[in-house]
Amino acid sequence: MISKKMINKRITLPFIALILIAAGSQAQVKHHYKTHSHLALSIANGKKVYVQNCLTCHQADGSGVATMNPPLIKTTYVLGDKPTLIKIVLNGFNEDVQINGQTYSNTMTPHDSMTDQEIADVLTYVRHSFTNKASAVTAAQVKVVRATNKKKS
Amino acid sequence: MKNNKWLSITSACLAIPALVLSLAFKDHKNAEPAGLTLQPGFEASIIADNLGSTRHIVVTPQNDIYVKLAGAKGGKGVLFLHQNGDKAEVASGFGNYGGTGIYLKNGYLYATSNYAIYRYKVNDKNEVIDPDQPETVVSGLVNHRMHDSKSIVLDNDGNIYVNVGAYSNICSEFDPQKKGCPILDSAGGIWEFKADKLNQKQGDGVHYAIGLRNVVGLDWNQQDNQLFVMQHGRDALHDLFPNLYTVHQSAELPAECMYALKQGDNAGWPYLYYDWQTHKKMMGPEYGGDGKKEADSKYLEPVAAYPGHYAPDGLLFYTGNQFPEKYKNGAFIAFHGSWNRAPEPQAGYCVVFQPFKDGKPYGDWEVFADGFSGSKSLKQPNDAIHRPCGLAQGPDGSLYVTDDVKGAIYKITYKK
Repeated sequence: MISKKMINKRITLPFIALILIAAGSQAQVKHHYKTHSHLALSIANGKKVYVQNCLTCHQADGSGVATMNPPLIKTTYVLGDKPTLIKIVLNGFNEDVQINGQTYSNTMTPHDSMTDQEIADVLTYVRHSFTNKASAVTAAQVKVVRATNKKKS
Repeated sequence: MKNNKWLSITSACLAIPALVLSLAFKDHKNAEPAGLTLQPGFEASIIADNLGSTRHIVVTPQNDIYVKLAGAKGGKGVLFLHQNGDKAEVASGFGNYGGTGIYLKNGYLYATSNYAIYRYKVNDKNEVIDPDQPETVVSGLVNHRMHDSKSIVLDNDGNIYVNVGAYSNICSEFDPQKKGCPILDSAGGIWEFKADKLNQKQGDGVHYAIGLRNVVGLDWNQQDNQLFVMQHGRDALHDLFPNLYTVHQSAELPAECMYALKQGDNAGWPYLYYDWQTHKKMMGPEYGGDGKKEADSKYLEPVAAYPGHYAPDGLLFYTGNQFPEKYKNGAFIAFHGSWNRAPEPQAGYCVVFQPFKDGKPYGDWEVFADGFSGSKSLKQPNDAIHRPCGLAQGPDGSLYVTDDVKGAIYKITYKK
């Protein structure tokens, strides 16, 4: 029979190593999980902002309204340059826009009364919905754009 | 009548409960081949299809068709079609501009871009003589993209009327201090011009009526000798004032209004909206309203009102003899259908009949033709297969309806 002491002696070092490895990977998982949950939260909050501020014009599926309100499905505006996209929310939009050969004429009013976080969340939601797949927008990015944003007269 | 009233009040075109719809289909045996649900005794057929974005339409006394396209197709913004049996074939096209308005009167075909009114002389068969040489009646009409379509109608005294839509939902971006909407000087109203005078500018016209957010459907009522227009009501009551209006209220409100206009009338946009359920002019929330306060009584009262966001794009007073007597001198309204009702189901997408007596709306409106969208409960407007837009009456009293999604033209006749 092997004594308890011997077992202890034999497994002590590997056991510590195992704990260290586990702890390390646990930290990694935890970190990964934290980012993921942050994204999920932003998307969930963004959906609420979308429902309240965007849905009636751009529709629940982001398909927009023919000739009037542009779609948000895989367009260069939605998937492209983040500062440009952030500025559209802040300043509104009243330019000729052609998407897939169709023009859209309705004026979008400025939404600059929304907080940095709300704008970040709703854009993150849009960039992760309607078959879109693009990186998240952060409140810090919105803050930078807002600070340098010059409204068109 | 009882059934019609019930239909019109509870269901309104699209949100018809399945049971009612199935009953309706049972009653209305003529749902094919155009796929529409019609009042008993009527039949519909699609006489032309895939024409482009067909907007307003004219049928000549010779039974030929002129239809305006929202966007010129192959350099042709006006199509001319001959009817042959139950089909209409494109005979020619002209006018290198998109637009909505088209009207035939006094030996000229009038057609609009989103900036201008042109006219073409026609021969004694109402065929355009020189399609490549239009005369410009008015140019430089205000167009800032939103609500840019220019609909037209002529009176019996040589005047032409055109809407210049407000390039805004509710003017808030132009009137932050609420001192008065500044764009009303050149938009959000009806302008009157001489129909036979060339090269007029907007400033040369009479600013005939103000405070109309956007008019697409309009017609001249021959009994009253008066202009009638359909206004597209404001959007986004709930989005902008979530504490004052629920999502459902915002879907139903405000009314789409019919106005009978006289020179100088002010319908009150953006200061008010009309509640079709309480029949009251309400003070707009941007201008001190709280959802309960009524508006200043000085503004024009609508003569009829319809549920929110139905989007009336066509208006036609029926003067033909083919349909039963009750339709004579009443109004058909083509509702393009809603988008601002989301997240609630969309509605509209139908042709409504509004009975008239002695030149005024009389009695409840009813859904005359339904099923254009192809869906019983439409979520997104882009899912609609067809959307009604323009209306015209043929020489035999048939009713023509355009669809601007695919470019179908429906012909509706009465067979008893």
